[in-house]
Amino acid sequence: MNKPETARRGVLSGVAAMLLAVAGTLAMPGLVHFGHIALAVIVGTAIGVPLSRVPLTAVPQRTALSHSFGGLAAGLVGAAKYFLWVQEGAGELTKFRVVAIGAEVLLGCVTFTGSLMAAGKLQEIIPTRPITYRNQNILNLSLLGLAVLCCAVLVFQPAWQWLFPIIIVLSLMFGVLLILPIGGADMPTVISLLNAYAGLSAVAMGFVLDNKLLITAGALDGSSGLILSIIMCRAMNRSFTNVLFGAFGAVKAKTDQKVVGEVKPISAEETYSILEAARSLVVVPGYGMAVAQAQHAVRELTELLESNGTEVRYGIHPVAGRMPGHMNVLLAEANVPYDQLFEMEAVNRIMDTVDVCMVIGANDVVNPAAREEKGSPIYGMPIIEVDRAKTVIMLKRSMAPGFAGIENHLFYKENCRMLFGDAKASLNGLVAEFKKT
Amino acid sequence: MRRNLKIGPWNLGGFWIVALGIWCFSNERVSAGEAIATPGGEASFDFISALFVFMLATFVGLDVIRRVSRLLHTPLMSLTNAISAIAVVGAIVVAGPEHPTVIHWLGLIAVVASVTNIVSGFLITDRMLKMFKKKEEIKAK
Repeated sequence: MNKPETARRGVLSGVAAMLLAVAGTLAMPGLVHFGHIALAVIVGTAIGVPLSRVPLTAVPQRTALSHSFGGLAAGLVGAAKYFLWVQEGAGELTKFRVVAIGAEVLLGCVTFTGSLMAAGKLQEIIPTRPITYRNQNILNLSLLGLAVLCCAVLVFQPAWQWLFPIIIVLSLMFGVLLILPIGGADMPTVISLLNAYAGLSAVAMGFVLDNKLLITAGALDGSSGLILSIIMCRAMNRSFTNVLFGAFGAVKAKTDQKVVGEVKPISAEETYSILEAARSLVVVPGYGMAVAQAQHAVRELTELLESNGTEVRYGIHPVAGRMPGHMNVLLAEANVPYDQLFEMEAVNRIMDTVDVCMVIGANDVVNPAAREEKGSPIYGMPIIEVDRAKTVIMLKRSMAPGFAGIENHLFYKENCRMLFGDAKASLNGLVAEFKKT
Repeated sequence: MRRNLKIGPWNLGGFWIVALGIWCFSNERVSAGEAIATPGGEASFDFISALFVFMLATFVGLDVIRRVSRLLHTPLMSLTNAISAIAVVGAIVVAGPEHPTVIHWLGLIAVVASVTNIVSGFLITDRMLKMFKKKEEIKAK
């Protein structure tokens, strides 16, 4: 998957390898319940196909849901193997096997409930704001510590079956409580982390079942999650522990943010004349664009601008959207050619030469406070430096603050104009202006 | 932005997945037999080779993943999810043989969960990947 052109070949190879492995397993001696397994496969397919048809704005939720299924499978198989071996006699449960099962069940259950919580927050069934309470971190860590302790005891007393359900319940609770204090905009990191955990629980299953294929596949999934988490954390300039345990919503600005100046609203006609004269444009999309379903309108506008002689680029911040790469997929769906999509660093490099920068539904990722104001909660976070362009047009519904709850210094800069209104409506208005001439 | 790495006609990731799949498949038939014959005693020996596989797979995995274009991070996540649903193999091993009913049902639910991941993961990855087109391809339509 190095390049979009060749990526689909990678998918086909994956499918081929998987069919090979499943066929090999089904040929194993001792398998009897083929009928039930076939039924289970049919049910799984029946759930899987509609899940793959969700609208692309729902992909983060679907991804979180599939992480939870992965964790569920690991937890169930671990529990099943434990009880199988307990029945077969004391000799089966070697120390190594108990450690492996403990790891598998712990990781599996935490991933299961944690991912369900993440999916709920993304789907906004659960409140997206960070839910915090006193001594929360101590409580969470004690839950985890207790579960690990039970596993340790189990290693030396494998026949104490009553410990096992305790471990499961503790892990399930830990999963819920871990994700509870994390806010909606931190989701990209959390999803990547859960991806890594789901992979690690598959690795643990591989150790339990002595199946090297599982270890390999799980390691691949885990590495992917790890790399993505690192990228996300760097892009937000926060560490893992800070994301997991430092509820962002509770962080208050250290300095009192009184910004001087006033915001300068702009009308559709004025925007049109600025855009018409622009030779270069950078569009910075954010989650707000996805919410407003404005990606098709953006593409229409940029196509018109291109035929007018403007060079169009899209600047994609790593944490734009609710999961890594989300913006790219949404824009690709709207038929934006992917050679117009640029990473943050590439766009920042040329920003001084850009005539117009249009920010649609993005807020914190373009806030210069990250660069200029030491006391700000987002200080140090890499941003798309739209204020260095000659003109910035900010599409926003109102002056409500973004997720971080802080003032955006960008609005008060000399070169920034605010185009208030629903993004889709504003963009369609601009398209109409263009079509008039 | 995109490093144009000429890896050759074979996409690196796809090649490794197929090669590892075949190698592990052949390994699995062998070690499944060993584990049934002498449980417990074999565990320490298998642990070393299992650990070796884990380290090797992590190393290769980190290298493969880090070359994936940033554009494709979303389909990457859904693809790796689908691949780790190879856990269906473990679920089949639990649900297939003549086991007590509770265990059988635990295994079956695990099969459903894993198959869901496989099916939806591969389908949605393919659906997303189809959408990435260059300017020339869009204009040609």
